[in-house]
Amino acid sequence: MKPARLPCLERAGLDGWMVRLFDSIEENNLLWLTALAKECEAAFSDTLVDLVPSYTTLLVVFDPLRITPCEARQKLIEILARLKPAEAGAGGKLHELPTWYHQQTGPDLQRVADLSDLSVESVIEAHSSREYRVFALGFAPGFAFMGLLDEALTCPRLDTPRQKVPAGSVAIAGQQTAAYPVVTPGGWNLIGRTPARLFDRNREGFSLLRVGDRVSFVPVDQATFEAQGGDTTATDRELAK
Amino acid sequence: MSKSNKAGFRVSRSGPLALLQDAGRFGVRHLGVTQGGPADLHAWAWANRLAGNPWGTAVLEITFGGLELVAERDLTIALTGANLGVRHNQQSAPMWRTMAIRAGDTLTFGSPVNGLRAYLAVAGGFRGDTVMGSAACVVREQLGGFDGLGTSLSEGDTLTVNEAESTPADQIAPESEQRDYRQTTTLDLLPGAQIAAFTGKSLFDAFNSQWQVDQRADRMGVRLTGPALQCTIGSLVSEGISLGAVQVPPDGQPIALLNDRQTIGGYPRLGNLTPLAASRLAQCMPGQTVRLRAAGIDSALRQHRQFLHSLR
Repeated sequence: MKPARLPCLERAGLDGWMVRLFDSIEENNLLWLTALAKECEAAFSDTLVDLVPSYTTLLVVFDPLRITPCEARQKLIEILARLKPAEAGAGGKLHELPTWYHQQTGPDLQRVADLSDLSVESVIEAHSSREYRVFALGFAPGFAFMGLLDEALTCPRLDTPRQKVPAGSVAIAGQQTAAYPVVTPGGWNLIGRTPARLFDRNREGFSLLRVGDRVSFVPVDQATFEAQGGDTTATDRELAK
Repeated sequence: MSKSNKAGFRVSRSGPLALLQDAGRFGVRHLGVTQGGPADLHAWAWANRLAGNPWGTAVLEITFGGLELVAERDLTIALTGANLGVRHNQQSAPMWRTMAIRAGDTLTFGSPVNGLRAYLAVAGGFRGDTVMGSAACVVREQLGGFDGLGTSLSEGDTLTVNEAESTPADQIAPESEQRDYRQTTTLDLLPGAQIAAFTGKSLFDAFNSQWQVDQRADRMGVRLTGPALQCTIGSLVSEGISLGAVQVPPDGQPIALLNDRQTIGGYPRLGNLTPLAASRLAQCMPGQTVRLRAAGIDSALRQHRQFLHSLR
């Protein structure tokens, strides 16, 4: 398949358009996506139902009784024609997430090491020595998609997702990293676990991490992890089967 | 004006899954919070209509059956969706019509006869705990429902009901709206997303095969088994997923994503089932067969707007 000319609009059901701005993950994508979301809020006003930004795309969901897909498409074309990126440097908050990297909490550490031809220690070093940017929240409440991962660590998702990934699990897949806020099925490679509470329905804003925030993972030992309330329950590898 | 609210039902026996659902949770998907709401929008909307409630009123969604409720006072109700062998006291309960019950009456849900999910609306509406603007109960996210914590009903729970402003007129849904979910059905799919990246043979197979509804089916999604579909793209950078999206993981077996789906995902997709096709799929028992049909936007939109105009 030839790469699509960007930006492009793809149909997402009868009440949505997927606006594809980029074909690869770059930190600067965020500036364009933020601007696009803001323009959509203004232009669609109360015909807008939801906006779901991610690394390279913005999913726009509208009310099909109040605006047709054709009208929505026209609005988006007009917005794209005049779109300018948001100001750089409106820097997000920095979060340091303590992380216990261990086979017990990261059952895919060895798989990642094997796939990347590195030692487990080097995998941990490579993952924890970078600062990541939150590109999107999705998949589960407060689940932050972060990048960019060291290219050496790039590895595919599991062919069959696990039925249950424990809360706090720190994971990687492709060029992305994340921490699971709640117990959920998941297909990413688990390499450790954080005791940080990532989603709290009683907290203002609900989610610890927001789009645009910066995050680093700080290796801690088991004692520190437990002292901060971390859950040491082993992840059942058989759940991946 | 605040409506008074009182106990409407008591749960005397719980079933596998009974969830309160209003229209869904909107405007928070950028936080990773899913849509929720009724898996079968069609039957849910009819339940409210027959109970004299406006669109969006919270209704009980009962999956598989097993539930037994005792009315705490005289109520006007409507049952739609799956026939789960419901009994009103000793009698078989009528479906798809307005119905009066008395304090002390029992509603006993049996097991699936036709379809998977029944909807029970009560005049005035069930009262849930609103979280992020909605009472839609999402177990996976622990949000919404009667307690706000996303829990399914269990024995001893009391269901609060808003006082109805007036007794609704008796109504019966037209025969054409009373669905027979046992029939093999053809689901309308609006092509989109990465459909061009699937191989020619896979596209032929997708729209010319019988697909079997798998055991792995819930409010997040329904897996279909059949010929393995091949996409030239393995996995994508994660992107937003809308209702009814049909994604194809590396094993080639499509998954149609429903109300409690993950908001973002990275498997290539063929497009989206229409909302009414997604509703229809949500009523299929494991083992039932379905077909997929590539639908045009004009007819799909006309059908959906007609549905919303008549019931919203």
